[in-house]
Amino acid sequence: MLALVPLTLLLASCGSAQDTLNPQGPQAKTIASEFWWMLGGCVFALAVITGLLVLAWVRRGSMGPGREPGERAGWIVIVVFGIGVMVVGLVVLFFVSDVHIMGQTEQPAAGSTKLTVRAIGHQWYWEFDYPGTKHAVTADEMHIPVRTPVLIEAQTTDVIHTVWVPQLNRKIDTIPGQNNEIELYADKVGRYRGQCNQYCGLQHAHMSFYVFADPPAKFEAWLRKQAQPAASPTGELARAGRNVFMTGACSACHTIRGTPAHGTVGPDLTHLASRTTLAGLTIPNRKGYLGGWILDSQHIKPGNQMPDINLDGPQLQALLAYLGGLK
Amino acid sequence: MATVELPARERVERLEQMWQGKPGILGWLTTTDHKKIGLLYFWTTLVFFAAGGAEALTMRTQLAHANNNVVGPATYDELFTMHGVTMIFFFIIPMTTGAFGNYLIPLLIGARDMAFPRMNALSYWIFLTSGLFLYIGFATGNGPNGAWFGFTPLTERAFSPTRAEDFYTLALIFNGISSSLGSANFIVTMFKLRAPGMSFNRMPTFCYAFLAASFGLLFALPVLTADCIYLYLDRIVGTHFFDPAHGGSVLLWQHLFWIFGHPEVYILIVPAFGIATSIIPAMTQRKLVAYPLVAIAELLVVFIGFGVWAHHMYTTGLPTIQVVFFGAATAMVVIPSSIQVFSWCMSMVTGRARFKTPLLFIAGFIWMFVNGGLTGIMFVSIPFDQQVHDTYFVIAHFHYIIFGAAVFPIFGGMYYWFPKVTGKLYLERPGQISFWLIFVGTNLLFFPMYIVGLLGMPRQIYTYPGNMGWTAYNLAETIGGFLTAFGILVCVGNLLVSYLRGLPSGPDPWLGPTLEWATSSPPPEYNFAVIPTVTSAYPNWDPEDREEDVRKLADGVMVLEEGHEQPVVTTADGNFSEVIEMPHSSPWPPTLGLCLGLVFTFLVLEKFFVAGIFGALCLLSLVGWHAKEPQEA
Ligand code: HEC
Ligand SMILES: [Cu+2]
Repeated sequence: MLALVPLTLLLASCGSAQDTLNPQGPQAKTIASEFWWMLGGCVFALAVITGLLVLAWVRRGSMGPGREPGERAGWIVIVVFGIGVMVVGLVVLFFVSDVHIMGQTEQPAAGSTKLTVRAIGHQWYWEFDYPGTKHAVTADEMHIPVRTPVLIEAQTTDVIHTVWVPQLNRKIDTIPGQNNEIELYADKVGRYRGQCNQYCGLQHAHMSFYVFADPPAKFEAWLRKQAQPAASPTGELARAGRNVFMTGACSACHTIRGTPAHGTVGPDLTHLASRTTLAGLTIPNRKGYLGGWILDSQHIKPGNQMPDINLDGPQLQALLAYLGGLK
Repeated sequence: MATVELPARERVERLEQMWQGKPGILGWLTTTDHKKIGLLYFWTTLVFFAAGGAEALTMRTQLAHANNNVVGPATYDELFTMHGVTMIFFFIIPMTTGAFGNYLIPLLIGARDMAFPRMNALSYWIFLTSGLFLYIGFATGNGPNGAWFGFTPLTERAFSPTRAEDFYTLALIFNGISSSLGSANFIVTMFKLRAPGMSFNRMPTFCYAFLAASFGLLFALPVLTADCIYLYLDRIVGTHFFDPAHGGSVLLWQHLFWIFGHPEVYILIVPAFGIATSIIPAMTQRKLVAYPLVAIAELLVVFIGFGVWAHHMYTTGLPTIQVVFFGAATAMVVIPSSIQVFSWCMSMVTGRARFKTPLLFIAGFIWMFVNGGLTGIMFVSIPFDQQVHDTYFVIAHFHYIIFGAAVFPIFGGMYYWFPKVTGKLYLERPGQISFWLIFVGTNLLFFPMYIVGLLGMPRQIYTYPGNMGWTAYNLAETIGGFLTAFGILVCVGNLLVSYLRGLPSGPDPWLGPTLEWATSSPPPEYNFAVIPTVTSAYPNWDPEDREEDVRKLADGVMVLEEGHEQPVVTTADGNFSEVIEMPHSSPWPPTLGLCLGLVFTFLVLEKFFVAGIFGALCLLSLVGWHAKEPQEA
């Protein structure tokens, strides 16, 4: 069968970072297993139609002229397969998915979750707030406790985006003026990749994020850390870097809690050094990349909302020392 | 009516005289002949098809590798927006309704022209100018870039400050005028201009399909137009239709867009169903199995298609009860399609199938349509839809539907009616080769998209990282894209060579069942020397009736050679009711089309006064248009 070749390819390539068929949470698992059932039905149906087309080809010369071909066989097949089998199949599919499975993937009942994370879309990065803590805010890297139902409140400050972590659950849009909710639940400790799924402008392609599912104790420690204000710079260089940040353009767009920097255009940088990536998973969070980002972000992520910043060598070194200390 | 006794030949000469258009370029500009207008549509849409295809191939080249740099994000966003808008509004709709519908419907129902010949010309000229309008935007750096569905608030001025989205809203409004005029014309033509005796239950299934598409367009387009007007006002005047901060609603755009957009999907493919149901009986030499069921299914599919729009919005956070309703409606819309699929298949199985190129394309179409339709059925499952929504899985699904189910029959139809339009036979072997190239090419192009979609690749991203497991599939898709393009070139090349060198085909090379095969190839300007009388759904398979036509010509019955005349019948039963005089070639449709194009151009430039002047000129050309009306017959 033509359809089976790619099917084996599909099985062979399972396991990539955003794979809906390598689910790691209860909701995504149910959806994936339903997909395999539906695929079975589809392969069967396509086989029937392919068979009929082949049959037409095989029989193409068999009917002599003169005789008017009948309609009986046709009517029977249409009524039995085209209507009967289809109606039964659709009714079953409808009740299983839209009544039974939907119960799991819809907005969770009030009070059924243990933690709330607000996922706020910005052109083109994600802000993650932890309401109920004292201002724990981070960007593009969300942490959640493992095996714990977490409520995601999906919101936006500008256009429509979509929160989507395929290995954990289905997706949900962020609609201006609206709060949408889904549950995320990770069965295993690990790192799950998510990506904005609604076209949102120039850098829609670079609006990805990670969800880290941590053991509860590790998560609690992380959250306590994130809620604290920024570490004060230690050492000459870092203090100079802080100066560059506060007096330059940076503080107009970025917040560093515990300092006068209160900008809200770009991500909160209070604990920048605790993140593993930058700018929507575009580059790793290492010194060289960070320096490159500050000087030339328009090359790395063309059209993003942070302008290229003109700094001389010593200023940049100082700034990097300061940012590197924001653990 | 004929009073003097004339021999048959003199009657035909007189008909020729009455229906002759102007010669040369002027003839094409002022023509009201539905066949010429159909050909104009055909060539124009083919050019837009080439443009949309070039856009697609550029995108596929960009996506062939991870982190590729053929085009940047700004260009890429314009490319996918233009590709979508072009293929839907400037290729498929005008190709099926404009080219096939225009050329064939009067011939299929035994008429001499469309009901409103000048309006027919007008819809072509508006279509042409609206397409030029959009592409002028693209060429001047104002190509729309908010995706073909133009979701707000991204397309609002705050996030799209250039004129790009003004070109988008205005081009869609402008183009909609053309489709609305065309649809009204088709409906009246099929209701009133059928050959005497062609009651509704004898009308070809092709016509049912176009009736469904026309009604669909007529009800769906005003919603799109309203939506676009709101967005235009938000952008230009500063109203707040889609701005929740001032009492507007972001989702209003989506509701209205999809109330248009989902029926639109069926409007795209139903005419193709019509093409399939024309080709199958001819190429299998049998009547279509379950004809009444198929005719009703064609109408039902569009009707139910109006009730499923919110299945494009499952991830927007609509209340559960609402999404479940639309899930059920989505399940229902499957049934009319499955009835048709089994009817086509069983007609082929129980007939004398001749697998010539047209039938190959129809078999390919059935396979592609079932493939895309089955993954469409998966979307009955709302959770699954919410998982793969806006990923390449959906891209694969709707390209199987739109390319497989709309474009395959278009190619099949091009081959099938080529002898009728040109009087020549196409080359069979290259025809079959072109089919296999396109069939293999499109499957290589679209099947891997299912897989990358399941692997989590979102749509409308201009690049992707190399470690996602997507690269090999994307490369395969790109190769498939170029293979498809090559197949299309072979197909078009075959038709061009055959046009120049082909053997004469005679009037009826396929022994076709419908009336277009009863007249010569290419048909004369008056289509039929005698208006045929119809006694079954397969009139060209009723030899006594067609012999009767010849006798009638000698007797001067239903020849109507005294003027530019056309009989009118009662709507349901197709009983002869009267003869009307039809309008002739006219310079006003292209003039009006041009003026309207200038109105829209100045609207986009925000020169409202100049736009008003051209608006006044539009009204003046309407006065000129109606100054000379055909006399009572
Ligand atoms: C005009 C506003 C603006 C200015 C000025 C600005 N930034 Fe940014 N910055 C942003 C935005 C917006 C982003 C998010 C870019 C993206 O990912 O699309 C960002 C991202 C960043 C990031 C990556 C954060 C992360 O978690 O991914 C760093 C680090 C950063 N900026 C540092 C700086 C520094 C240092 C300066 C001053 C030298 C500065 N920015 C000046 C707007 C600004
Ligand atoms: Cu986004």
